[in-house]
Amino acid sequence: MTFLNLDFWIGVGVIAGIYGIFVLGLQLNVGFTGIINLGQAGFMAIGAYAMGMLVVDAGWPMALAFPAAVGVAVGAGLLVGLPTLRLRADYFGIVTIAFSEIVRYVLQNASFAGGNQGVIGYDAEWRAFQSWVSPHLKPLGLDRATQAPLLIAVWAMLFLCVCGLKALQASPWGRALRAIREDEDAAAALGKNVFAFKLQSLGLAAALAAIAGFFLALNVTYLYPSEFDLSFTFFGYAALLLGGFASYAGAALGAVVLCALTEGLRFLDLPLSSGQVGSLRMILVGLMLVGLSLYRPEGLLGNRSEMQLRA
Amino acid sequence: MTIEEGIGAGAQGRAPRPPIEIPAAAWLALTLVFVAVCLVVARGPVAVGQTTLNGLIAAGYFSLGAVGLTLVFGTLRIINFAHGDLLTLGAYLTFGLNAMGAPFWPAAAVAIALTALIALSLDYVIWAPLRRARTSTLQAMLAAIGLAMVIRFTVQFFAGSQVRGVGQDVLSSINIGPLHLGSLQALVLVVGVVASTLVGLGLAFTRLGKQIRALSDNMALAEVAGIDTARAIRVVWIVAGGLAALAGILFAAAVGSVNPNFGFFTLLSLFTAAVLGGIGNAYGALVGGLVIGLAQEWSTLFVNPRWKPVVGFAILIVVLLVLPRGIFGGSRERS
Repeated sequence: MTFLNLDFWIGVGVIAGIYGIFVLGLQLNVGFTGIINLGQAGFMAIGAYAMGMLVVDAGWPMALAFPAAVGVAVGAGLLVGLPTLRLRADYFGIVTIAFSEIVRYVLQNASFAGGNQGVIGYDAEWRAFQSWVSPHLKPLGLDRATQAPLLIAVWAMLFLCVCGLKALQASPWGRALRAIREDEDAAAALGKNVFAFKLQSLGLAAALAAIAGFFLALNVTYLYPSEFDLSFTFFGYAALLLGGFASYAGAALGAVVLCALTEGLRFLDLPLSSGQVGSLRMILVGLMLVGLSLYRPEGLLGNRSEMQLRA
Repeated sequence: MTIEEGIGAGAQGRAPRPPIEIPAAAWLALTLVFVAVCLVVARGPVAVGQTTLNGLIAAGYFSLGAVGLTLVFGTLRIINFAHGDLLTLGAYLTFGLNAMGAPFWPAAAVAIALTALIALSLDYVIWAPLRRARTSTLQAMLAAIGLAMVIRFTVQFFAGSQVRGVGQDVLSSINIGPLHLGSLQALVLVVGVVASTLVGLGLAFTRLGKQIRALSDNMALAEVAGIDTARAIRVVWIVAGGLAALAGILFAAAVGSVNPNFGFFTLLSLFTAAVLGGIGNAYGALVGGLVIGLAQEWSTLFVNPRWKPVVGFAILIVVLLVLPRGIFGGSRERS
């Protein structure tokens, strides 16, 4: 495969966009609210599976199943947050990890979710739409790239999410979140309901995870539990650190750079098996987390004055 | 915590008390016996005896793994997500040395020493600089997660991701009446019980053990009292790394086959044990390991064994919500 293979880079672009949406949720929680959500992959799994099962098992049209799935994920976020958001920041992180793993084990072992076979056959409507759109992309020279419509849809959604979150951030709601991040007690003393704000932040992050899960489902054509393991969340945190805390555009950029870097590994032509290249990719992500925490704790492009997270 | 706060907390007159208050331990023992009796009534003595035996085997590696996790948290305030992968590292170093021709148990001893050394050197490379930079909880957590990935996938890079056997006789077994026990598992049981007891006695009676407990209880106060904290921190890492490796080897031997992910996925059970015992409390972690081992195995009397991990995670969440300071109330006033 050559370096300038269009289909390959469109595929990378789709994945990068999905990670971008996913990481926006982490940014909202970690960068702007100061809650350490390590269960984002669990919310994504819930969103993706809810969509897939509503279409396949309940026969809903995708246009209806998608918002419903986002609603289910938000419900899960509120359910997880209600009892746990009063915990210490680090305990909350552990609880969300446990939640994420429970979701994965349940999807793997419960019969309703198809177990390890997963869920398949939810994307017929999208395929039809895609083949209808493709010829219209001829002026852009993208009519032969099958994934091009998905790329455009993902990036349009990413753009919308960034704009929406930026607008929220400039609102009184966003300012209250940052006040909570800087000093919970002071925010509470000023009459802000800290717990409610945190809960809303977690719910919104779960919604973003579900949106990312929707596009992931379209990209992979069938859902299976191991797609949603903790590594996905950790990869997201590496992107977040790379892009920098407390910046939505930075988070999206971090996701793009990290995906391009790790996917680009395959062009290095290393004398390694594909399994070893996969391991190497995760080692790099891990090294990045360690190195950035040590040397650029606010992230590569982060704003140091914004980021004084103490728990 | 700053030094001023530390002295303040000490000055409020929290008298040193025994690490485990007898009533709490007695209550726990009574509860476990009561649950066991109920289970016997519900499921019969043979099934309960077998699962109890399995639970005690699991308790060995959960307890030994959790001690290091809790000590590191107590002394350094790090939630070490990489601790589970030290279990993996210990087991795979043993496999590696074994494959190079060393007999299994001597290889295990060398692997334990190597893992302890690696844990210690990671303190110099990562944790000491983070402490100096007064890093926030979040960044320390992310560094730990990154380190966990580096260790796990380095093992996977060299060993492959497939499940591998321990290369020992896992078929021969001992029958004790109606109960059934693999001979390797019997060895694991004995080693686990002996090692846990030794750790408990060491913490209780040796000078170093007392220093580590003092440090884990209140770092600033321990420093003021003249304990060489730098040395104690080194000892904590050596103990944590060595016990983690031992726990990993015992896990591999008890289960018979593992893949490089096993340590990371055991981590949540270790957290549960540490939190159950009151995080920072080393005796508590030993007891917490026993509880989580028994609870997971007893759960198989009612649900399919494949749900065992979920039972562990559910216990973790419930304990954090209901008893965030552990069964013994914890040794510090942090909620």
